[in-house]
Amino acid sequence: MSLPTSQPSPAIRTRGLRKSFGSKIAVKSLTLEVDRGEIFGFLGPNGAGKSTSIKMLLGLVAPTGGEATLLGRPAGDVKTRAKIGFLPEHFRFYDWLTGSELLRLHGRLCGMAAPLLRKRVPSLLDMVGLTPHREKRLRDYSKGMLQRIGLAQALVNDPELVFLDEPTSGLDPGGRRLVRDLIREQRARGATVFLNSHLLGEVEVTCDRVAFIKHGEVLATRRLEGSGESEMTVAMRARNVTPMVLEGLRRWASAIRAEDERLSFVVPSAEALPEILRYAVGQGLDVYEVTPQRLSLEDLFLQIVGEDGGL
Amino acid sequence: MGMWIMAGVTFREAARKRVLWMALVAGFAFLALFGTGLHFQVESLQKASPLMRRQALNAMLMVGIYAADLLTVLMAVLISVDTLSGEIASGAIHAIATKPIRRVDILLGKWAGFVAMLAVYVALMVGGVTGLGYLLSGATVRHLLEGSCLIFLESILLLSLTLLCGTEFSTLTNGVLVLGLQGVAFLGGWIEQGGAVTHSPRALDVGIIASIVMPSESLWRRAAFEMQSPLLGAMHMSPFSNASVPSLAMIAYAAIYLAAALAFALRAFHQKDL
Repeated sequence: MSLPTSQPSPAIRTRGLRKSFGSKIAVKSLTLEVDRGEIFGFLGPNGAGKSTSIKMLLGLVAPTGGEATLLGRPAGDVKTRAKIGFLPEHFRFYDWLTGSELLRLHGRLCGMAAPLLRKRVPSLLDMVGLTPHREKRLRDYSKGMLQRIGLAQALVNDPELVFLDEPTSGLDPGGRRLVRDLIREQRARGATVFLNSHLLGEVEVTCDRVAFIKHGEVLATRRLEGSGESEMTVAMRARNVTPMVLEGLRRWASAIRAEDERLSFVVPSAEALPEILRYAVGQGLDVYEVTPQRLSLEDLFLQIVGEDGGL
Repeated sequence: MGMWIMAGVTFREAARKRVLWMALVAGFAFLALFGTGLHFQVESLQKASPLMRRQALNAMLMVGIYAADLLTVLMAVLISVDTLSGEIASGAIHAIATKPIRRVDILLGKWAGFVAMLAVYVALMVGGVTGLGYLLSGATVRHLLEGSCLIFLESILLLSLTLLCGTEFSTLTNGVLVLGLQGVAFLGGWIEQGGAVTHSPRALDVGIIASIVMPSESLWRRAAFEMQSPLLGAMHMSPFSNASVPSLAMIAYAAIYLAAALAFALRAFHQKDL
């Protein structure tokens, strides 16, 4: 089922969202915006406030300040939840239910009618590879199977916005690929996915954009490869480099370093490269070599968040 | 709608987790024991005068109903003690509380499911004791319906209090707290009875204060008053003396206490960070 394309409000919008528990500040001031149809990664070190932020967005935790909207409605709005799916970290549920009973229960809680669920539940079980285990009780499921059924319950209502908190936790490589495919399917039908994962490799291959959070604040957001807007380091070998040229480069680049004929700088996207080259040649530089090197998400994470991980 | 889904899940959970079946097995074992004891009592009372026989059988029935009441109290606490704190601790509540259902409906649904279960249990246990009494000896209790309703009310009061404490405390703390309060009520009830028999106003006051803190035992004592033979009570021939009968005002207070516990539980759960 594809979703309507012309949507006025962003999927998620927060302004100065804050949560403190007594004197302890869990989320200092979260300001971010996630567009509809985007696969958005939410990254940060342990204790950065990611889980609390997600809980505030879902109405599980009451903010002590700021504001948040989901699909144009205030976070926690009961009716809006019919359009939202959520896979909690370490999904646990009533272990006396069978897999298909769990999906039926969650479907009913989402207001879905029995005839619709009779079609939807088998297709979901098939999608997560649990059809042979549909009548098994959850207490007999492995950790990976629990994660798969959790994923299925998050998608039972064909949500417009899906929150996935560590969705690949406990999954084998086959399970991780399944999660990636499911996320791509959500994108294909126009849904928004808000992904919290420690596995940066997974985030890198699935997300359109990521936010880096530390001490409950967004430090930076970046587009990732594939969009042509991801940040990269450029190594250049050139002669006749003057301080004036270096100063001029600051229009497009940051973290500029120069040593003899070797230059390196960071550009926000590959789109800036032709202009930089035109500028350099125009300033009389003899350019022998230009090597763009895309930063891995891990490098970017360490650069932005810091190697101490926020401890 | 969401509330009734939760009520159904709660009822099914007890059945699937065998809590209900174990409670019923224990209940039937108790009834079997009670029936056996009553059978021999009936035999030994063959030569007693009709008045004496009727009083002794009524006393026996009251002891049986008292045991049923104790089992019901335990059942009310044990089936509900883990439902909130356990789901909050395990995170299972997250998958439900993010669905389009109000938290008030989640809690009311659980409450309704447990209430239905307790209704079945009280009916089976009190009905079992009085039914056995009638079948084996022809003896009955007075005001069976009123007495059963009061025992049922007592169980709902304990259920509501357990749910309230479950919004704040861990499973173990919750169980200890509610059963501790029930202990206070139990002791207070006996102190009040003793004070009435020995004409000690201070002991009476202690009992009344205990009943205000936790009015569950007052409901049982009123139920006992409604059901037992007036002669038996007046002559202090039964452990459930009529010396100090909880007033209708105390019953109303217990009902308000129950409603307040439920209302505070709903409010606390609504505001709780999960």
